[in-house]
Amino acid sequence: MGSGGFAQDEPISLFPEPEPFEGPELAPPQTPIKLTSRLSASDYAFRAVARGGGVLVLVLMVAVGAFLAYRGAQALHRAGWSFLTTQDWNPDGGKFGIAAIIVGTILIALVAIAVAVPLAVGAALYISEYAPRRIQRLLISLVDLMAAVPSIVFGLWGFFFLEWRMTSLSRWINDWFFWIPLFKVNGVTRNYTGPTATFYTSSSFIAGVVVALMVVPIATSIMREAFSQAPVGEREGAYALGATRWGMISAVVLPFAKGAMIGGTMLGLGRALGETVAVSLIISPIFVIQPHLLQNGTSSVSSTIALHYAEATPFGLSALMAAGLSLFALTLLVNFAAAVIVSRSRSGAISEA
Amino acid sequence: MTTVGQTAPGTTLPPRPSDRLAPQPRRLTGIRTPDVLALVGALAAAFSTTGLLWTQIAPFSGLIGYVVMTWGLFVLFYAVLVSFDQNGPAVRDRVVSVVVHSLGALVLLALIYVIAYTFFRGWRALVHVNFYTQDLRTTGPLSPLTQGGVRHAIVGTLIEIGIAMGIAVPLGLLAAVYMHEVPGRLSRLVRTVVDAMTALPDVLAGLFIYATLILFLRRGFFGFAAGCALAVNALPIVARAAYVVLRLVPGGLTEASYALGSGQWRTVWNVTLPTARSGLATAVILGAARAIGETAPVLLTAGVSAYVNFNPLSGPMMSLPLLAYISVQSPEVAEIERGFGAACALLVLVLLLFVTARAIGGRGPGQLTARQQRRRALGSRRDLGRYERYRAAAEAAEYLEEET
Repeated sequence: MGSGGFAQDEPISLFPEPEPFEGPELAPPQTPIKLTSRLSASDYAFRAVARGGGVLVLVLMVAVGAFLAYRGAQALHRAGWSFLTTQDWNPDGGKFGIAAIIVGTILIALVAIAVAVPLAVGAALYISEYAPRRIQRLLISLVDLMAAVPSIVFGLWGFFFLEWRMTSLSRWINDWFFWIPLFKVNGVTRNYTGPTATFYTSSSFIAGVVVALMVVPIATSIMREAFSQAPVGEREGAYALGATRWGMISAVVLPFAKGAMIGGTMLGLGRALGETVAVSLIISPIFVIQPHLLQNGTSSVSSTIALHYAEATPFGLSALMAAGLSLFALTLLVNFAAAVIVSRSRSGAISEA
Repeated sequence: MTTVGQTAPGTTLPPRPSDRLAPQPRRLTGIRTPDVLALVGALAAAFSTTGLLWTQIAPFSGLIGYVVMTWGLFVLFYAVLVSFDQNGPAVRDRVVSVVVHSLGALVLLALIYVIAYTFFRGWRALVHVNFYTQDLRTTGPLSPLTQGGVRHAIVGTLIEIGIAMGIAVPLGLLAAVYMHEVPGRLSRLVRTVVDAMTALPDVLAGLFIYATLILFLRRGFFGFAAGCALAVNALPIVARAAYVVLRLVPGGLTEASYALGSGQWRTVWNVTLPTARSGLATAVILGAARAIGETAPVLLTAGVSAYVNFNPLSGPMMSLPLLAYISVQSPEVAEIERGFGAACALLVLVLLLFVTARAIGGRGPGQLTARQQRRRALGSRRDLGRYERYRAAAEAAEYLEEET
């Protein structure tokens, strides 16, 4: 190894005179010298161990996906293409499919993203551009802390606090926007005067709002990081040209951080698609495609797994595995889309000056 | 006033603009009165208009709708008021500023409220000492809060997270070092797969372990399985975060190490890892904070119990998030409060982990604490002393040679 100490027994001088160069004058070589490095035994061992660790992680991670596919294959084989089109979930009766639960999952996630993205962009802009310097660090820590808050805490809040207070907002949206199919609620019209709260609880809308609150800190954290990296030179250039603060933000900060904004959104979407506990606390599961966001009853893949795994027969478990596989495929798709978008954008690339 | 005019009567000067019209420098700092007036005026107008709509004109009801409507009208009125004495871009700037401020305030208030609400509801359970010292073995749903506690869940959570981190941290760090130090096709593949697995929904990790360990071993639920499920969840997160931290180590440092003749292993052990230490610790702790709150994997693998279980290899093991999830579905008030208390205990654990992470991390690679700096200065002085001794010995030897 090259890291030896000084030999103790023979005196050495710290600043030796360079030895005069003796030998033929060499012309600079015409071809580049081939440099080879010889790895020592410890380096070989290190590489072997590191490679072993990497391969182990790879095998473990692939095993999860492969195992889901392997165990789900039985159910997929039995159901065939009807797995994608059946709304019911009754594996042992032979009628089961993900049409209802995957639509529910996507709707909840879309509500969550629609609510979370404006909030996250606003909060991230506030923290990085508008907040006073003194409290900026505090706010950053606060948002990062909130990203680590367990989802069960948000679930409790949504279940006990938000659910019954949201019904009036749901009613209001329903009254005025019922002509949009998504906001329609069967059984309630604007002139309906009976008790309506139970029509609106346990809906995709409420579940989506709770998931949104869970997603906001994660997305805010990513976006704020990107906003604060926008190059100072370009910011000052915009101000020097007479831009207002918003002019500077819209011309410099937002284009610079576009990739990170999309990436943060996609990451939040991935979290929202997979959220289990908060969603299953709030929704009341039904196995019909429920396009009405405000109406009681919806379902999601992860809550179906959490509610049904315990009493599932081996074949029922296989069906749950297949559903889990479809959810995993969906999140992978979202993740890869985010990676492609982020890698194509300029985000993080610093300009000259 | 003009001295020029007196000395040269032939020239005529254009009339000077009076002082009133001379351009005034714009005030860039401080609070301007018109801005405050516009804000207050718009707020008052919005409140009154919404109140009128709500009580007299339209059949609206509900607090949330009232607030939303007031806010919308406030932005509108504010834009109108500002547009009386500002031009287009300035109006847009003001409106965006108001919107961003209110969004930021909304997010922060909502997040703080979620935490405060949990503590508010869990407070009555938290004040009893037995909440921390007892488990639920003799406590039914109807028992008051002076009986029973969550000791079994705290113990279970700590054991499970210990197992999970015991698996995920060494493997994750090793994988991160591999991705960073050994480039190649395999390394890229590992990176892609790890990136993809960070998107694994937590319930699927639980399902995987449930189908392998629980159903295959046929010994019921046990704590080690829950640890494994959490490890599957945390492993890609830890590996990816550690890889990002390792990439931040300045190339100059590692190259200097190679230039001094160290091998790769020496460089990784003595330069790369120590430089990235604080960042790695932060990555690991944040991974733990994330894993400790996961409910779905624990729900599928650890089972439910009411007594303290120190043995992760047999018998169900309760954990805090699961206890909260199950208790709050009970109709009994005391049981719900116990659930909120468990959520509070979980929050406190997460907070502790987070504060630890902040205390250790938050420094870039190579930045040292005061203590580290003192230690390094001391080491450097020791080296200097050693060099001095060598030099003295060398000079003495030279002197002796000359003498003889």
